[in-house]
Amino acid sequence: MRAEARVVAEADGRGGTRLAVLRGESPLLLRQTGPRSGTATVHLVGGAAGPLRGDELRLDITVGPGAALDMLSVAAQLALPGRAAPASRMTVTASVADGGVLRWMPEPLIAAAGSDHIVETRVTVEAGGTVLWRDDLVCGRHGEDSGDVHTDVIIGYAGTTVYRHELTAGPRAPGWSGAAVLGEGRAVGTIVVAGPGVSATAGVMGADAAVMPLAGPAYLVTAVGADSRRVKDALDPYCSRALVAA
Amino acid sequence: MSLATLLLLADGRLPSGGHAHSGGLEPQISAGRVRDVTGLEGFLHGKLATSGLVAAAFAAATCADVRRCGELDAGMDARTPSPALRKASRAQGRALLRAGRAMWPVSPHTGREPHQPVALGALAAAAGLQPLEAAVAAAHGVTTGTASAGVRLLGLDPYAVHALLARLAPVCDRIAAQAADRCGDAVDDLPAAGAPLLDIGAEHHATWEVRLFAS
Repeated sequence: MRAEARVVAEADGRGGTRLAVLRGESPLLLRQTGPRSGTATVHLVGGAAGPLRGDELRLDITVGPGAALDMLSVAAQLALPGRAAPASRMTVTASVADGGVLRWMPEPLIAAAGSDHIVETRVTVEAGGTVLWRDDLVCGRHGEDSGDVHTDVIIGYAGTTVYRHELTAGPRAPGWSGAAVLGEGRAVGTIVVAGPGVSATAGVMGADAAVMPLAGPAYLVTAVGADSRRVKDALDPYCSRALVAA
Repeated sequence: MSLATLLLLADGRLPSGGHAHSGGLEPQISAGRVRDVTGLEGFLHGKLATSGLVAAAFAAATCADVRRCGELDAGMDARTPSPALRKASRAQGRALLRAGRAMWPVSPHTGREPHQPVALGALAAAAGLQPLEAAVAAAHGVTTGTASAGVRLLGLDPYAVHALLARLAPVCDRIAAQAADRCGDAVDDLPAAGAPLLDIGAEHHATWEVRLFAS
């Protein structure tokens, strides 16, 4: 299955945001939710099972000058094995203009046993734009082995790559369950915040989470946990709108 | 290429301060994740596949063209989210350059305090080595330094640990070959395999008042 979805958020000239484009197709259906004033909110609604092996999905997000968009999802995305085919692939691109604010906070991706899934994320933020980008990953459903999953993220701010990260987990990834990568943890989540004047103080929260100021005007919050609940508890406090308010 | 020169560059006795770093092992031992040789093996497999591959790729890319030091150094910054690890990498880069400048004519493009893999690649180039050799030295250094820290921290049997290193040698060769194959890629396209527990552990470690290793 191939599917493409696209969101374009623009300032409406009255301090709010309107969605100039909101287009999706199963299994990438998009719905505008919440009040029609201030920040626009869009939920990703899974219109079919999957992604399954062989699927090629693409979501493009554009946030114009002065627009504010929250992207969420109604449920976890469950990567499943399906037929014998190449890896399923989800590509997400986002561009945020000067004065634009994007928060990407979907529910976790779950790599079911036998799945083979690749997520490629490319986020470009112009000087003066702000992004909060969250990705949670769960390696296998409850009590099952992890599928193979590979995430590949580039986040750039003002023309410089501030965060470049790949993570590979599952039976084909050497050492992924060793003490350097995820250990016994089966869930991992990251939040990257980048924007003008963004800074944070390095710190740790509990044994398996930390806030890390990046080399550019950005910081990362990472948490590893036995399950998605632990990661959610560590990361949720870092998703508030106040953190990205210009 | 000179094999003896490569051995010299990869030698743990090179006075570059590498022995002061555990490669992220000390915090994972403290967290109870590494207790024995088996735990060390899992740690090293994950480390080689992630920061080992990145270090090998950046050492190879620097060796292939030392004029790229600046952009490659920025690429290491983007791949090293932990400020404690950026600091440790630059401290090791500076110490390695200091030793290297006494040995070979190192390129002025290198800067004063580059990330360790960039410094290693620049030294390899100055020594007349090839990108693949720089990558092998980087992968080798990732395993041996960490393994000897394991012997000191856990009192592991040094023979068993060296048997582990022998098992990992072909893995180092494979990682280095992968890294060298990509040494001409644009910086954003170079390997970026991350290891969340290494990052989190390094931040914990940096808060300790007493520790045996600097990182």
